[in-house]
Amino acid sequence: MTALPKWADVALIPAINLVLAFFVSGLIVMWIGENPLDAMTVMIKGSIGSAYGWGYTLYYATNFIFTGLAVAIAFHARLFNIGGEGQAAIGGIGAALVCLHFGWPHWTLAFPAAIVGAAAFGAAWAAIPAYLQASRGSHIVITTIMFNFIASALLVYLLVNVMKAPGQMAPESRGFPAEAHLPTAHEMLAWIGVSFPRSPPVNVSLLIAFAASALVWVLIWRTRLGYAIRAMGWSEPAAIYAGIRPFRIIMITMMISGGLAGLMAINTVMGEAERLLLDPVQGAGFVGIAVALMGRSHPVGVVLAAILFGMLYQGGVELEFEMPAVSREMVLVIQALVILFTGALENMVRAPLERIALMFR
Amino acid sequence: MNANGSDLRRNTAAPAIELRNISKSFGAVIANRDISLSVAPGTIHGIVGENGAGKSTLMSILYGFYRADAGEIFINGAPTKIPDSKAAIAAGIGMVHQHFKLVHNFTVLENVVLGAEDGLTLRPTLARARKLLTDLADEYELNVDPNAVVEDLSVGHQQRVEILKALFRRADILILDEPTGVLTPPEADHLFRILASLRDEGKTIILITHKLREIMAATDTVSVMRRGEMTATLKTSETSPEQLAELMVGRKVLLRVDKKPAAPGPAVLEVDGLQVDGERGETALKNISFTVRAGEVLGVAGVAGNGQSELLRALGGISPAKGTVRVNGKAIDLAGADSGADARRRSGIAHVPEDRQSLGLVMEFKAWENMAFGYHDDPAFSRTKWLLDIEAMRSLTGVALNKYDVRPVDPNLVARNFSGGNQQKIVLAREIDRNPDLLIVGQPTRGVDIGAIEFIHQRVLELRDAGKAVLLVSVELDEILSLSDRIAVMFAGEIIGTRDASETDEKELGLLMAGIAGEARP
Amino acid sequence: MDFATVLQLLDSTLRLSTPLLLACLAGLFSERAGIFDIGLEGKMLASAFFSAAVAAATGSALLGLAAGMFASMALAALHGLASITFRGNQLISGVAINFLASGLTALIGQNWFKLGGRTPALSGDARFLPIDFYFSETLSSIPFIGPIYSELLSGHTLMVYVALAAVPATWWILFRTRFGLQLRAVGENPEAVDTAGLSVTALRYQATLICGLLCGLAGAYLATGMAAGFIRDMTAGKGFIALAALIFAKWRPGYALLACLLFGLLEAVAIRFQNIDVVGVGTVPVQFMQALPYILTVVILAGFIGKAIPPRAGGEPYAKERA
Repeated sequence: MTALPKWADVALIPAINLVLAFFVSGLIVMWIGENPLDAMTVMIKGSIGSAYGWGYTLYYATNFIFTGLAVAIAFHARLFNIGGEGQAAIGGIGAALVCLHFGWPHWTLAFPAAIVGAAAFGAAWAAIPAYLQASRGSHIVITTIMFNFIASALLVYLLVNVMKAPGQMAPESRGFPAEAHLPTAHEMLAWIGVSFPRSPPVNVSLLIAFAASALVWVLIWRTRLGYAIRAMGWSEPAAIYAGIRPFRIIMITMMISGGLAGLMAINTVMGEAERLLLDPVQGAGFVGIAVALMGRSHPVGVVLAAILFGMLYQGGVELEFEMPAVSREMVLVIQALVILFTGALENMVRAPLERIALMFR
Repeated sequence: MNANGSDLRRNTAAPAIELRNISKSFGAVIANRDISLSVAPGTIHGIVGENGAGKSTLMSILYGFYRADAGEIFINGAPTKIPDSKAAIAAGIGMVHQHFKLVHNFTVLENVVLGAEDGLTLRPTLARARKLLTDLADEYELNVDPNAVVEDLSVGHQQRVEILKALFRRADILILDEPTGVLTPPEADHLFRILASLRDEGKTIILITHKLREIMAATDTVSVMRRGEMTATLKTSETSPEQLAELMVGRKVLLRVDKKPAAPGPAVLEVDGLQVDGERGETALKNISFTVRAGEVLGVAGVAGNGQSELLRALGGISPAKGTVRVNGKAIDLAGADSGADARRRSGIAHVPEDRQSLGLVMEFKAWENMAFGYHDDPAFSRTKWLLDIEAMRSLTGVALNKYDVRPVDPNLVARNFSGGNQQKIVLAREIDRNPDLLIVGQPTRGVDIGAIEFIHQRVLELRDAGKAVLLVSVELDEILSLSDRIAVMFAGEIIGTRDASETDEKELGLLMAGIAGEARP
Repeated sequence: MDFATVLQLLDSTLRLSTPLLLACLAGLFSERAGIFDIGLEGKMLASAFFSAAVAAATGSALLGLAAGMFASMALAALHGLASITFRGNQLISGVAINFLASGLTALIGQNWFKLGGRTPALSGDARFLPIDFYFSETLSSIPFIGPIYSELLSGHTLMVYVALAAVPATWWILFRTRFGLQLRAVGENPEAVDTAGLSVTALRYQATLICGLLCGLAGAYLATGMAAGFIRDMTAGKGFIALAALIFAKWRPGYALLACLLFGLLEAVAIRFQNIDVVGVGTVPVQFMQALPYILTVVILAGFIGKAIPPRAGGEPYAKERA
């Protein structure tokens, strides 16, 4: 029985959890010997205090929206896709192949093709654990972890032995052609006469991320497929009773999830690096877990949480610059604490709140 | 021990168990209200009541599984606090739960000693347990192979392991919660013989059941519970099933529902040689054949676990089966690509499952979402090929909730927050309102309050009178007798006999349910 | 490949298997009690850092070991708090612990030592040194058996022998003692344990703490036995390989030894030979060797070679009172 009103569930509990995570982070900063309030000021200023900061914050947020949506949609079917990291890496291969192997006349053509390539590769990588879960009952958490490592080995192999640019030492592909360059915020805003700093890598992919969030919302709450996914997530026996086939739902959900994770590559590989590097994901697949938990698996929540984590990542870079004693790994700690409080220790906050709610009945 | 002996004991010794003013609630639901009970040593005391009357909660309190909100417990006259099972065991209480608490991949011996080991290593305790098992095997007919792995044992043997667990802990008071629900009649008789010999050794036994027959056959005294309260405590020899039934439900039970004579039409459901494999590869349904015609209710009676669940699941498209099943003359796919529940619904079968909470509803879905459950592909609920028409779903739900008297009439309320009876009405509304050719329905009134029972029975009969076919599976013989036109009795995965409802009675059906087939009748 | 090469390969197999084996047995205790633990990696990492840091500060490998075990057990207790007391999602808790360890060790390491997340290099008593068996010098001249004794078996650090001894010890505890029976029961059916008058919570916490202790040993071995100090993220997926080995071993101590030796051998081969030419197949890239433990585990999980059935109550928080 859920005694809590809906607003407490979607807003109050995440807020309390976030405060707890920040509080503990503050204690750690104090322990290191710095003032946590100063650290927070630096992070906020650095992330949203300037157009430059916003540019980076939103660049990171773009990644996190994709990976957060990937984890969130799987959560709706009660599948824990921990393999966003690997799916995004493989998505990177897809985006790179599309950009390198076809002579694109203009980015408007290269971009949709890269979207399809990245999503298809990510979906295919997720399809294998999905199939093993659906048909053989292999625990998807374990198989997706394993597939992260396999993806990383595969990527290294391809970059070292197959895709490495000729005459180069570093394991990276050759740069993408200029026609596959995605317009950055600087360029796009210039079209309408708004000036924006040149260096932040935030680009047109952000709009795709927002569009993806809207589509995921429609999918989950307004389509028959979404209805079936949610039913299956709540109760597999009931879903079978209703004529919903778990095999089909697991496959479809995981492939959508893997596709979303793969889409991240259009932002990092195509939008920023414009070549395939050794680690094109940089932990964003795992951040997606924190983002989905924080955002209560709802697309709106995911977007908000992704922006928050974008702030943390950009703020963390600034923090290291301003306060050398606090290295950027502080962000990893905060991320861990957010996952811990919102995901694993949720009942610590929820149970007392429910008791309070019961008293006021 | 004879009757005089029991009386003597009762006069001299303190009660083995005495409960004073026990209360317990779960959130807003009051499970036990101010309950007092006294059980004399060396007796078998029965506790009867409907599902949800609070019997199991009361016994869980006695066994330390739940803590009472208020009240006191006395064991052999001494006030005793039972905060956990450990304290209950220390007080000499053993419990055989309705759902056994055994470790499936442990041996019988390992299960018996778990938590009652002597020292660091297992060997000495296992030896002691082995000896006890050999001793008890003869004394109480409690024989079971000590080295067998529990999951390989029959249900009856697993229950014996539970009793042995209690005896190994030197329990003097044994509580059995609905022990016969999963037993065949011979197994149940065997159990009662064991209990009687334990009683004669001086043990005190509490038997919880909702079956009046068992109370009359096995107990010395009996208490009746209704809606969380203890309504009476009587000597079994001085009461009757009728009196107990009345005390259980609070008024005279309507044994027969008023119904028009059946006007059966052509066959709607034809089942021929239906076969289903059970979980462990055994045959759960053996070659079942029967027919249900338009405008009649075929009742399927039987002790739980004799294949009725498998029958419902096979017909409902939940588990695969072999054989032939025709609906309106058309064969349906039983194990292939088109054997899912969606295909069954398309062929005109509606299914009210036995367990509404785990199958029939998604408990976290709102009423309007549940009202489309299984029919979410229906054009009435669709805006386009992909999109759901949520407004249509909501408004249709509002109408259906009113029509089926579901309270509260709130399409946005989550299923979990409706009462059991109202949940069942939601399932029924969804399945009946689509006017199916065939309704298959399992345990339609399990855990449902009296008022809702009559309502549900009326709807089922209305469907029959509208010329539809109904297959009713129930373990409640009263329900079968009052609703059915014909009655098939299942035993050990087979239909052991089929009777016209007007030409049979509880006694004959009881014999059939026990596996004793009478003279063959067509 | 000559005999000396084989011997060297097996010798490094033994060394590389040791952290896997300790972490694998750690996971075995936890998961046998019904607590999934994908945080083995994080606990090892925390232990590696704190053992190296304390060893660097005090010059004592043993004090380092104690600190490492304490750090690892603290994280284990946190996992217990989340998954036992507050009935949270064990997988999510494990993920959080991995990030927490990765972030904290780098953060504190940089703060304390200013070496880019490293600890200072350890030497002398700050490391666990090889233990030479008696007569290993003398016996090494005996053909075949001599080198096996003196080069393969002798000359490892204490932790290698501890890990090997932990295998039969784990088996004995699990299958021959009262504690082991109760621990296995709580992983299969906690209700049976509860109704038998035992505390599900206490048993699960004990298992979780044992898991922390063994991960602590594994991490300390990495930083103060195998290597001479801590470097950032030095566990590099070993915790996940240990998890893979645990599944590969179907949650049995004896098989765990074999699985860890196999995965250790794969690592040793990958390190020594890089790309391998296999007759008839062509060149096997080193990345394939590195990915092989994960691939094999997926194959096992898929049930193509026997079925890996985890403890039945694994991953499920135990709730007694109905809501």
